[in-house]
Amino acid sequence: MKITVAGEKKEVAEGLTVAQLIVDEKVETPQYVTVTINDEFVDGDAFETTVLKDGDNVEFLYFMGGGQ
Amino acid sequence: MIKISEDNYRKILEHAEHCLPEEACGLVAGESNDSGKIIRKVYLLTNIDHTNEHFSLDPREQLAAIKDMRANGLSPLGNWHSHPESPSRPSEEDKRLAFDKKASYLILSLMDREHPVLNSFRIDGDRAENEGLIIED
Repeated sequence: MKITVAGEKKEVAEGLTVAQLIVDEKVETPQYVTVTINDEFVDGDAFETTVLKDGDNVEFLYFMGGGQ
Repeated sequence: MIKISEDNYRKILEHAEHCLPEEACGLVAGESNDSGKIIRKVYLLTNIDHTNEHFSLDPREQLAAIKDMRANGLSPLGNWHSHPESPSRPSEEDKRLAFDKKASYLILSLMDREHPVLNSFRIDGDRAENEGLIIED
């Protein structure tokens, strides 16, 4: 099936979970990454159980913060 | 070296002053090449921490900004935030939460309101390097 990850179209296996996609994409500091699918935010606790579908549009948002 | 236009600098400064006493924050996007980075667009985002000591970007606004960058052919270059009461240098928390070694971290100090200071840093673990920010007309 085809999905879009951070603006790039990719062919991936059926049944791919968000957690596996994070591994496949070699996402750094995954504990600080927020994921959206079709603009909907995915709860971090649901990464293992959320299965991607054909046509999904996935974005990784890296936490940005700090303090003076 | 990283360059920002006077207009974009003013946008950051005015937003940061408007947000006082809270820290202000946002993203910067543009072009990157062997000679450095050029900021073409600044994004003024909401600090969801709403304090004078911390900032966290609003994820929904962050998502919208990333899409806008992509639509306009811009590369994400880094982020910016203000220090209302401290110098323009990364704090320990800034370093701890800087996960991207390639990103530029712009810090605007407003501790002297008459003389704001904007610097840009590359951060790698405990080390922060001032990468030389140029404000152009």
